[in-house]
Amino acid sequence: MPPLLDIQDLRIHFHTRDGVVRAVDGVSLQVEAGEVAGIVGESGSGKSVTAASLLGLVPMPPGRIAGGRAWFDGTDLLRLTGRELNGYRGKRISMIFQDPMTSLNPYLRISTQLIEPLEIHEGLRGKRALHRAIDALESVGIADAAKRIHAYPHEFSGGMRQRVMIAMALITKPDLVIADEPTTALDVTVQKQVLEVMRRLQRETGTAVLFITHDLALVHEMCDSVTVMYAGRVVESASAAMLATGPRHAYTRGLYRSNPAGAGKGCALYSIPGSPPDPARLPGGCAFRERNTLGDADQCLADHRPELVEIAPGHHVQDCPGCLAPSQD
Amino acid sequence: MLELRNIVKTFRQGRESLRAVDDVSLTIGAGRILGLVGESGCGKSTLSRIIMQLLPPDAGRVRLGEVELTALPRRDVRRHCLDFQMVFQDPYASLNPRFTVFSTLAEALRRRHPQLKGSELHDRVAAWLETVGLPPRHMRRYPHEFSGGQRQRIAIARALAPEPRVVIADEPVSALDVSIQSQILNLLGRLQAELGLTMLFISHDLAVVRHVSDTIAVMHRGRIVEQGGAEQVFTDPRDPYTRQLLDAVPVLPRVPIR
Amino acid sequence: MTRPFSDPSVSGAARSGVADDGGRSLWSDAVSRLRRNRAAMWSCTFLTIVVLLCFIVPFFPIIQDPAVQDLSGRNASPSAGHWMGTDHLGRDLLARVLHGGRISILVGLVTTLVSLTIGVCIGAVAGYAGGRIDALLMRVVDVLYSLPFLIIVILFSALAKSHTERLTDGITALTGWNRDAVAPFTGLLPLFVAIGALSWLNLSRIVRASVQDLAGREFVEAARSLGLPHHRILFHHILPNAVGPIVVYATLTIPGVMLFEATLSFLGMGVQPPYSSWGVLIKDGADRMLSNSLLLVFPSILFVLTLLSLNFLGDGLRDALDPKSSRD
Repeated sequence: MPPLLDIQDLRIHFHTRDGVVRAVDGVSLQVEAGEVAGIVGESGSGKSVTAASLLGLVPMPPGRIAGGRAWFDGTDLLRLTGRELNGYRGKRISMIFQDPMTSLNPYLRISTQLIEPLEIHEGLRGKRALHRAIDALESVGIADAAKRIHAYPHEFSGGMRQRVMIAMALITKPDLVIADEPTTALDVTVQKQVLEVMRRLQRETGTAVLFITHDLALVHEMCDSVTVMYAGRVVESASAAMLATGPRHAYTRGLYRSNPAGAGKGCALYSIPGSPPDPARLPGGCAFRERNTLGDADQCLADHRPELVEIAPGHHVQDCPGCLAPSQD
Repeated sequence: MLELRNIVKTFRQGRESLRAVDDVSLTIGAGRILGLVGESGCGKSTLSRIIMQLLPPDAGRVRLGEVELTALPRRDVRRHCLDFQMVFQDPYASLNPRFTVFSTLAEALRRRHPQLKGSELHDRVAAWLETVGLPPRHMRRYPHEFSGGQRQRIAIARALAPEPRVVIADEPVSALDVSIQSQILNLLGRLQAELGLTMLFISHDLAVVRHVSDTIAVMHRGRIVEQGGAEQVFTDPRDPYTRQLLDAVPVLPRVPIR
Repeated sequence: MTRPFSDPSVSGAARSGVADDGGRSLWSDAVSRLRRNRAAMWSCTFLTIVVLLCFIVPFFPIIQDPAVQDLSGRNASPSAGHWMGTDHLGRDLLARVLHGGRISILVGLVTTLVSLTIGVCIGAVAGYAGGRIDALLMRVVDVLYSLPFLIIVILFSALAKSHTERLTDGITALTGWNRDAVAPFTGLLPLFVAIGALSWLNLSRIVRASVQDLAGREFVEAARSLGLPHHRILFHHILPNAVGPIVVYATLTIPGVMLFEATLSFLGMGVQPPYSSWGVLIKDGADRMLSNSLLLVFPSILFVLTLLSLNFLGDGLRDALDPKSSRD
């Protein structure tokens, strides 16, 4: 069975006055039906742009899809017109954004905003739509939903608003939910509650989730598979379990190594030196070369970009000799 | 070194009043790091503003060394402003976008040493940039020309340049990229050891706080609910809220790294 | 465009030897950035030429007296004697345009300067101080808003009339200039001080809003924790960051005031014949558009070009004062 979402060699360029920024530079990733797939990366790694392109949310201009395919259930999402995409948006693919305060309309009641997708995509109106909406609110753990559904967004706390967003994203029973840093704006204890709700609903409905975050630890709590992005490209991708047994790329290893929880008290942490490359001036070879201290930077590719290769079943890594760890045996 | 006794601060909003800081007592020994853990709205930013002498407390005492700050008249408190400096969370907001790095650091330096000028000032700024790991030749640049981590280094230099006696680091790494966070933590740790800084390190991330601090105080709804040695709070939390917090922070599995 | 004097590395090296404070480096960098902005530099050149033409050239005998009528040569086409032709009374249009420009430019600058000074100060103080001071100042603004603008301006200039007479006498006595040359400017002065003193209302609200926003930023908090005095925080840290909207508003105010002056002249309050301004010339030209369209075309072209240049210069200034806009 083919994957639910199959992104192949996606390239997204931004034309700015500093030149062409290759925000996404040949990304391939797959999301199986019903799984939670994580994309982890720093700001500027291209993770959010990748996700936004699936629903036609990349501003064009300055953005331009320079190549690639995004197969979703037999259709290439990148080739659809705006009108055709509307049939997918909110119906088969929905999105949860980082900031629930700005993604809910402050002037409309929660009920109106929850019922709207039902009216548009399922033609459901009146009492029946309202009941569905109340059910959805209850499912995300909002007490007294029948009453609170008539409230306005500002009457909810941040965590509660994000629950409403989740309810809204799931109300049409989509096949895929894209969650772009859904808990970054929340406190840790609230984050935990919201993630638990997401995870439970995901299991119950069997919806696939593309979970985008900068937090490697969060990926391990939430996701079945992990794609690590750096400088617009996939550096490493594997199942979460596989990654936990041993990341291979120097960047991924550096991220795990720099975790303060594992370091001895008072000792200096391992840190990846320098900062990510300017996306407008990406080096011709391995983008991590300058910062590679765990591998052997001298062996890093200098003349061409390392390809993504499968080094173990289901475990893909950029094939840069300098960045790859010596093999286990 | 820094001692807070029974600090209370209440804000009035219309008829309601909110006790942002409720009977808080803390002590930081000279050259020690106190980690303050809490979530948004727990009162930690109000508390840090009180320590910074930007906000007077309703009740309670603040003592720095031998000086009882809360007993001083408002005018004299201003002179002690410089003894408290802060590293803010967001290095994109905490540097004036129209000031070059040189201007930012020179202003901070000259608050403590008004007589500095010319090449002497230039050298001191250059020295501070080197201390925080930035090339001094970049001193004529503006904040937007630096990455987030580099800006946080500038912000750290600005906080340390007036030779404060207490440094407050308010979530200094949580706005930074993962690969940069450990750089900044190491820098803070190194400077603390080299300069013998007394520091209040505020964060929501217990793992980070544990790594950095000597003692930890957990703040919840304006009160300190738990206080103790870093390891003790981390491994044997007494208060249910501390446990909840520890439980909520996602933990990175320890993986074999070769 | 790479001219040696505008090369960033050269000017950077030249600067690095100089100890300066925060303000100076921002301004000197702004100047070098402005120099690299081609549209702004062309505009600056154009405006300089216009100002020179209006203020110096009329003193040379090649330009005729704008008041001299030649009833035999009315509505003449442009010729060697009259480069822009003549008007319905046979007056040289070029002379009238240049003399009118003097008044229009002065009016625009004086009024905008007054308006900027008051608006920025009131807005900045209100936004920075907040609380009661803010409430008080903003109520004052509200009250002024509700007053009939035109009537206040007219009343004020009528009251100031006797003082302007004395001012005219004073300047004449001091400089020995012809009283008739001084009178039109001093006569207009109270009018435009009055306009300036009332037209800062919108600006003060704009400034207040951006100061309020900026005052909450962390870099201002950092400045406060250095124990800096309020005036330094306000004028060095906050206002330079609010310069964008201020400059834009100022470039919009200048043409607005120039046109308002034409309205006042129509009501008999502004420039009186035989003197004129661009606003008056355009209005007169529009009245006689069908008989002699050149009377409308020439002043309009100059007016429009001046306004365009002001806008380009304003945009250039805004960008120059924003370090983020530089490409180096």
